[in-house]
Amino acid sequence: MAEAYCELVIEGSIDASSSIHLENSLEQVILEGNSVLLINMSGLTYISSAGLGAFISKLDIINQRDIQMIFFQLSPAVASVFEILGLGDLLDIVADKETAIGKIK
Amino acid sequence: MYQKFNLKISFFIALLSWGLYAFSDLYFIQYGQDEINPLVADLLPNIFVSTFILSVLNYYRSRIRKAESLNFANLLWRIFVTGLITTLIALLIQLIFYLFTDHPMIKQPMLINFLYHILVALVVIYMISTFVVWKRLILYQKSKRLLQLWNFFEYGLFGGLIILGVFRDLNDQFLYFLVIVFTILSFFLAFNLKWIAYLSFGQKLKSILLILLSGIYLFNFYLGLSQFSTHGSLQIDLLDSLLIIQLFIFLFIYPAITVLVILFNLPTSSVVERKLKEAVEFQRLSNLVTTPESEGATYRHLIESAMNAVLAEAAWIERKEEDNAHSFILRGVTVDEVQIIKQSLSTGYVNKVMFMRAHGEEQIKSYFSFLQGRYQSAMVLPIFLENRQVAALVLLHGVKDAFNLDLVNIVTTYINQISAALLNARLLRKTIQNERYQEQLKIAKLVQKRLLPDELAHHASFDIVGLSKPTEEVGGDYYDGVQLTDDKYGIFIADVSGKGTSAAFNMAQMKGVFHSLTQLNLSPTDFIIKANEALGKCLEKSSFITAAYHVIDVTSRTIEFVRAGHCRALQYTSKDQKAQFLEGKGLGLGILRNKTYDNYVHAQTIDYCSGDILVLYTDGIIEATNDFGVAFGEEGLRNSLINYVGMSPKEIMKGIMDELYEFTSHKMVEDDYSAVVIKF
Repeated sequence: MAEAYCELVIEGSIDASSSIHLENSLEQVILEGNSVLLINMSGLTYISSAGLGAFISKLDIINQRDIQMIFFQLSPAVASVFEILGLGDLLDIVADKETAIGKIK
Repeated sequence: MYQKFNLKISFFIALLSWGLYAFSDLYFIQYGQDEINPLVADLLPNIFVSTFILSVLNYYRSRIRKAESLNFANLLWRIFVTGLITTLIALLIQLIFYLFTDHPMIKQPMLINFLYHILVALVVIYMISTFVVWKRLILYQKSKRLLQLWNFFEYGLFGGLIILGVFRDLNDQFLYFLVIVFTILSFFLAFNLKWIAYLSFGQKLKSILLILLSGIYLFNFYLGLSQFSTHGSLQIDLLDSLLIIQLFIFLFIYPAITVLVILFNLPTSSVVERKLKEAVEFQRLSNLVTTPESEGATYRHLIESAMNAVLAEAAWIERKEEDNAHSFILRGVTVDEVQIIKQSLSTGYVNKVMFMRAHGEEQIKSYFSFLQGRYQSAMVLPIFLENRQVAALVLLHGVKDAFNLDLVNIVTTYINQISAALLNARLLRKTIQNERYQEQLKIAKLVQKRLLPDELAHHASFDIVGLSKPTEEVGGDYYDGVQLTDDKYGIFIADVSGKGTSAAFNMAQMKGVFHSLTQLNLSPTDFIIKANEALGKCLEKSSFITAAYHVIDVTSRTIEFVRAGHCRALQYTSKDQKAQFLEGKGLGLGILRNKTYDNYVHAQTIDYCSGDILVLYTDGIIEATNDFGVAFGEEGLRNSLINYVGMSPKEIMKGIMDELYEFTSHKMVEDDYSAVVIKF
């Protein structure tokens, strides 16, 4: 099982002004040609709708390039935001990194 | 007023004194000698001539005011004119003497003395006026010590010497001593020539001429006086007066030294002139700071001032405008020459500056460069605005090594002024622009307020109120309610991602989509699917909208709804007196922009009874935090609703909002927030 993945660690809170950094980082790791993105959310305390927009704007290209994006270790507050928006069914969200690695195809 | 009065009085006393002097002198010549005490005969005219001198002095002291750098030439000119007039009259008297030298009339002591009295008046007027002019020039930019010294000199001269002149019964050695003291003093004072530094080259030449002429007048007067003196038939000889002698000495010493100093200063006058020009230019540029002009005009001022200050033969300013376009201000060079010069410099700081790549904190090695062709040397200086280079000033000269660091310092001070002026102008423009934006935002706020319904469609069986507050001027929250059919009502709430203006635009689109789709009387499922399709085509990629659409059927007393990623609605049932959040899945609008979205749409239907309450809201309410960072949350909302269940929707809304504000201690809620309360 090849474990070639790119782990993106997100820390702090993401609002309208900081979401641009998130968007740039995502853009970069996608352009680098990574086929597996593990998004480490353990340090994320708050995410605004603009922050979610940064992920959502990349969903198209991630699907097109067949990139596997797995989120792990969401705080309860962040998980609830994801859940209410309906992203729980749309995205791969797991409890921890081991589980995430285990899900890599 | 006082000055005018003083002038008149002095003039009058001078005239009177002179008249009395002439009259008394002549009177004593005619009748005097035998009958009257010779001491009185001698004393009286002397007193009158002294008061005459003092009143002339007083007259000119108030007539000739303080010297300013602008009127040095005028002062000298005044000496020249006074001298010319008095000399011409004196020459006329001398001519009369010369023509009628053998005439018996001319032997008359009366006539001789009268003509002499006129000459005395002329001499005194000329000498005193010249003395006051020299005084003004000596005291230009005076120090306290100089002023003390001068006062000693002036009062000593006029006070002391007049008294001595009247009581002339002193031994000669003491008088010689006094003459020596005052002559030394005259020398001391004569070296106060600061005003010369402020003369231009041309003014210096003119001054030398005028001073020499004034010397000639003085000499002529001296000759005239001594001519009378040797004639011998004078009752009172002015040249016997210690004051007049001392004045002559001073009036010869000062111009002599002045002429010498001006001559020696001639070679350096160009430097002084340049320094003066620098100061003037600096002041001109300083004015730009307080009265901003256009950037172009400001740069034009800079190039003129810099060229003047360093005597450059040609110059240009290349500037980067706010839209990054480059433009040139050229003086004495063509665009082609500029390009050639720029390309000839391949490396170094000068090259960096010319190509606008310098930045504020750089170590600067050299501002100069040698060139080939028409211009042999260049001085290159950057102009920074907030540490970013916005322009380059290049000064050119046909001689090699024409510039030095002193010149760099001068131009740098100019540039600092210019930078301040540019910054000021920019800030001013920004402020004006900001105000315009504020105005526009106010309008946007009004427009958006009209996008939200004044009143929601309602029915006898339910009452409904809505409220929306953007955190900035405009926001992305939207709610609405329309009647679909006789017994169906569509209630909608939505929250556009992000906030501010971009969210407000999307909110307006949302409203358009809502009103289009409600025409079609769609089920909540179809409504949401169509809405997603429509919005998918007009929202930018990173934007999405959470929404919930409810169709109330007043006949069957049911609510069918779809939640598209929006906050879960809060339902209060009067039967069991409980409030709970409506579960159910759903994905936000615009997140998936293809057919697969349909799989994420789940419709639900609930019943309602009279007394039940439905609260729709946006996340701004439950995410509002207090000072400790704790969110109001779904529980906060549920608990506050319970407190007001018996009341009207309007009161319930007010109650919930009051509790929310109390929870957040009335600080600004960070997100847009809205709510709709429906009571059945």
